Amino acid sequence: MIAFDNVAYSYGGGDLLSDVSLRLAPGSFHFLTGPSGSGKSTFLKLAYAELQATSGKVTLFDRDVKSLSRDDVARTRRRIGIVHQDCKFLDHMSLAANMALPFTVSDRESDPQDMKDLLGWVGLDHLADALPPQLSGGERQRAALARAVIVDPDVILADEPTGNVDWEMSLRILTLLVELNRMGKTILVATHDLNLIRQAKAQIQARVLRIAKHRVQLAGADL
Amino acid sequence: MKFPAAKPASPSTRALQVVPPSGPTAWLTTFTAGAMTFLCVFALALSLASGRLADRWSEALARTATIRLSAPADQVQIQTDAILSALATTPGIASFRAIDNAEARALLEPWFGPDLPVEALPIPRLFEVVEANRGYDSEGLRQRLLAEAPGAVLDDHTRWRRPLAEAASRIRLLGVLSIVLIGAAMAAMITLAARAALAANTEVIRVLRLVGAKDSYIARAFVRRFTLRTLAGATVGAAAGMAGVAALPAADAAGGFLTGLGFAGKGWLWPLILPPLAALVAFLATRRAALAKLKELT
Repeated sequence: MIAFDNVAYSYGGGDLLSDVSLRLAPGSFHFLTGPSGSGKSTFLKLAYAELQATSGKVTLFDRDVKSLSRDDVARTRRRIGIVHQDCKFLDHMSLAANMALPFTVSDRESDPQDMKDLLGWVGLDHLADALPPQLSGGERQRAALARAVIVDPDVILADEPTGNVDWEMSLRILTLLVELNRMGKTILVATHDLNLIRQAKAQIQARVLRIAKHRVQLAGADL
Repeated sequence: MKFPAAKPASPSTRALQVVPPSGPTAWLTTFTAGAMTFLCVFALALSLASGRLADRWSEALARTATIRLSAPADQVQIQTDAILSALATTPGIASFRAIDNAEARALLEPWFGPDLPVEALPIPRLFEVVEANRGYDSEGLRQRLLAEAPGAVLDDHTRWRRPLAEAASRIRLLGVLSIVLIGAAMAAMITLAARAALAANTEVIRVLRLVGAKDSYIARAFVRRFTLRTLAGATVGAAAGMAGVAALPAADAAGGFLTGLGFAGKGWLWPLILPPLAALVAFLATRRAALAKLKELT
């Protein structure tokens, strides 16, 4: 699905990531952890082709990212659900319209009942007509997750999805991610919340990657 | 949970929705399009009217000619008879007549006043010649007059017609140039407005890219909005311009050049092409600006 081969990324003259090699197998669940500024978000951006590696090769769905045209990148992103900590929405459109955006931008539309079911899955069916600024942090995170999965993507990349919510909401979001993984989705979650990782490992087979000294390595049992 | 099934949707209105409905550039685009189209209507009216009036003047002058006779007093009647005889036998002349002293005085009165002693002045004798549709051989007539009435000079108004025709073509060219410049200015303004709108909506663009929107889709959303705003503004501008032209005094009432500024007959259809033309300019300008800006926003 997603493969990094000796990938390095430099920013401002210094290496942020170097010699990164790994593969995300279909159906796997990975956490990516590390201190703030260690390069977790950069790693994710490399994984959905928002950034290009300084050296090495990033492969998305068996295609070298450097060989992708701008349209190819757009098409590839339709196979990847992305959830950000700041979860941006189009504030002038309703929550339901925002969730349907991945369909809208590919000139498709979804069945209203299916949309309602998806909103119900994330517990937001009563807010379908609300505008994003009216939502709380937890509601925004769940809405972002719903938007990320609406097109049935193969991979879900989440950057600190529980960064702005309380523990109860974090567990709720984790439950949704675990459920998606059980449906066969490949999940990669960048987080510095070790409690969340421990909670997840109690439920599923999740591997933990840690960024240290610009490199990505498998974390041991010390979590 | 099941994932929603997708079906094709009409792209027309959905693309519009992803751009916020209002912004600082919304009124600017509509106003610019309206004002520019309003000016365009007048430039068009000027261009068409100048051509029409010049054609009319040129045609009127082309159909008539004047013969001036300057001769010693004892020769005037002899040469007058010779001129009249020559005109009567020249094919292609519809009518001719000698202008009498009273008429000559009336012609000169605006410049010299009513008490002009025409008889005491060496004013040439004038003859008005009106040609038939097929025209006459002016050079042949000139040669004949030279032989039979040496004091006569045929003036077929060529020296008046040429500068008129040149002035008309220049005014027409100026009108067309004005329309082109107005169109270019409108394109420049809309390009600036589109770039400003794109810059103000970088977050919207970021979200759209995150969910897999192609540059062409994002550009389309902005292009549609600007094209429709321009079409609306240009329609109002064209209507106002046409109303303004229609409100100008009629040519027959005052008879001057400026009063002839307007559209005639099918000429009223020309301003109707301005709104779609403005929309086309907006479409091309916004598309170019949007695609260029999107490449910058990587």
